[in-house]
Amino acid sequence: MAGPQFEVPKLTEYTDVPKIKEGAMAHVKSFPAAEGSQTFLGYPWALTDDWHDRAINKMGDLLGKYRSLRVFMDACVHCGACTDKCHYFLGTADPKNMPVARQDLMRKVYRRYFTLPGKIVPWLVGAEDLTKETLDDWYSYYHQCSECRRCSVYCPYGIDTAEITMAGREILNTVGMGQKYSSEILTKVQKIGNNLGLPGPALEDTLLGLEEDIELDTGVPVKIPLDVKGAEILLITPSADFFSEPHVESLIGYAKVFHAAGASWTLSTHASEAGNFGLFNGNYEVMKTVAMRIRDAALELGCKRIIVGECGHAWRVAYSFWNTLTGIGYGADDPFSIELQSQLDSRFPQPMHICEYTWDLIEKGTLKFDKSLNDDRIITFHDSCNVARGSRMGDEPGGQFTIPRNIIMAVANNFHDMAAETIGEATFCCGGGGGVLTDDLIEVRVKGALPRMNAFNNVVQNNGVNFLGLICAICKAQFTKVLPYYGFDRSMVGGVHQLVSTAIKLD
Amino acid sequence: MPMVEVAGKSFEVDEEGYLTNLADWNQDIAGYLAQEEKVEMTDSHWEVVNFLREYYEEYQIAPAVRVLTKAISKKLGADKGNNKYLYELFPYGPAKQACKIAGLPKPTGCI
Repeated sequence: MAGPQFEVPKLTEYTDVPKIKEGAMAHVKSFPAAEGSQTFLGYPWALTDDWHDRAINKMGDLLGKYRSLRVFMDACVHCGACTDKCHYFLGTADPKNMPVARQDLMRKVYRRYFTLPGKIVPWLVGAEDLTKETLDDWYSYYHQCSECRRCSVYCPYGIDTAEITMAGREILNTVGMGQKYSSEILTKVQKIGNNLGLPGPALEDTLLGLEEDIELDTGVPVKIPLDVKGAEILLITPSADFFSEPHVESLIGYAKVFHAAGASWTLSTHASEAGNFGLFNGNYEVMKTVAMRIRDAALELGCKRIIVGECGHAWRVAYSFWNTLTGIGYGADDPFSIELQSQLDSRFPQPMHICEYTWDLIEKGTLKFDKSLNDDRIITFHDSCNVARGSRMGDEPGGQFTIPRNIIMAVANNFHDMAAETIGEATFCCGGGGGVLTDDLIEVRVKGALPRMNAFNNVVQNNGVNFLGLICAICKAQFTKVLPYYGFDRSMVGGVHQLVSTAIKLD
Repeated sequence: MPMVEVAGKSFEVDEEGYLTNLADWNQDIAGYLAQEEKVEMTDSHWEVVNFLREYYEEYQIAPAVRVLTKAISKKLGADKGNNKYLYELFPYGPAKQACKIAGLPKPTGCI
């Protein structure tokens, strides 16, 4: 596990557009998914004999199902606006990591099989046959995209590279070229209830231990309830919050907020995972199966509100997809949705982000803080890609940017933003999103973190920043691993609710 | 899956070097896996590895980092019951590296 040797990029004041290096990352191959998990998910686990036809059929299927995919395949004019916007290109210099080039790996095949000129005069329109080499390229480069959608912000046609990557991975799965990391996780979450594979008794034991810790630390018996029927709030949070540092500090923060607000809340063993890797693989049915556990738990426990913990893509799935996947959300009038809507409290947004919940309590004056307890920290905030570009918080545009920052400034005295072109909707991905957060892709992760690390280094040097505030489990794990490669201490990484936890006054 | 031969016995490992079969584990293979990880095993390392195996036997999962630090703290004193100490022992991260040496499956997820 010492891992492959590679050169860590040098930090610079600005992230310059690198001189391209053809094939610089062509050697990257994520581990292939194993028989057990692929069979469980309904995919072949080795390349099928009919891979060519299967791939083309699947592409046709996806083009028919998702009109967006066909538009994205057709609309690109190769203007180049996206080329220098991808953190993986900026960090690796591999031209196939330019979003347009990564898309073209699929576009050239699309043109050959699904457009008239491509069928008749392929050589004139950049159309190519699907070959095994192309599939290998897909496997390599569709796992060097974190589906962060930064390139889409700058695309004049609004082409969403993430959707193309998702389609690419779904086609790869269909022909037996799945990725081990995502495949294992999607199996565990369906069999056990969370991505970690943490069974109920272990979860219970872990939470009891945390309750002891909090009481020892504060003298206040803050509870972390599990499977409480009739609790008002169901908290859905990434399972990393139970397991890892610094994630667990935020879980303690949520518990303290609920305690201070006198809220009735619970976690669920059945739905002990907010993350939904079905999104990363572009498989709507799997995404639905995973999300349905949350609906089932909400109905079973009779909860009136559903709140989502610090998890980037979970919030995107919750905010943008839960209404159709599970009936959690506003206004649907079909029988499936009505069953849950009649139970949920319509006075609150459903679902609600934990930051929205905490900020609302701060605005009402329900929570009290001693900000000086965070005085040893000089804090900056990294906008997580899926929250920044795939969702919103609060009821005003840009709430997903202001609310977490408002919370930080309400609980701490020292805050400095990173450069404007690296935050907000222009935020750089941490480098580990979208199913890339695995040891076999460590080179991609380290190099892809470069733009964020440059921006972070500037506020460290100029403003003495020593704390990188986050609201995503992937960002937390990625930065904990990657910061030391760039000479920073991993203890600089933490959650927004970790800061809340430090300063909150409990009775 | 690849096989490795240690002290006259062969062991199946996965592509990342994790032991495939939990029951195959013994001190020899642990020593070999530690060597592969460039970790020099001391009594302190064995304390962690043994605790991981005991916990796994009861709960079918490696302990959360907090659970581990607390157990270490009870056993070896409060100054060692923290994440920093675990990283000193297992520089690639206690969750993954220590699990590997203990013969447990690799923890997955956003960790």
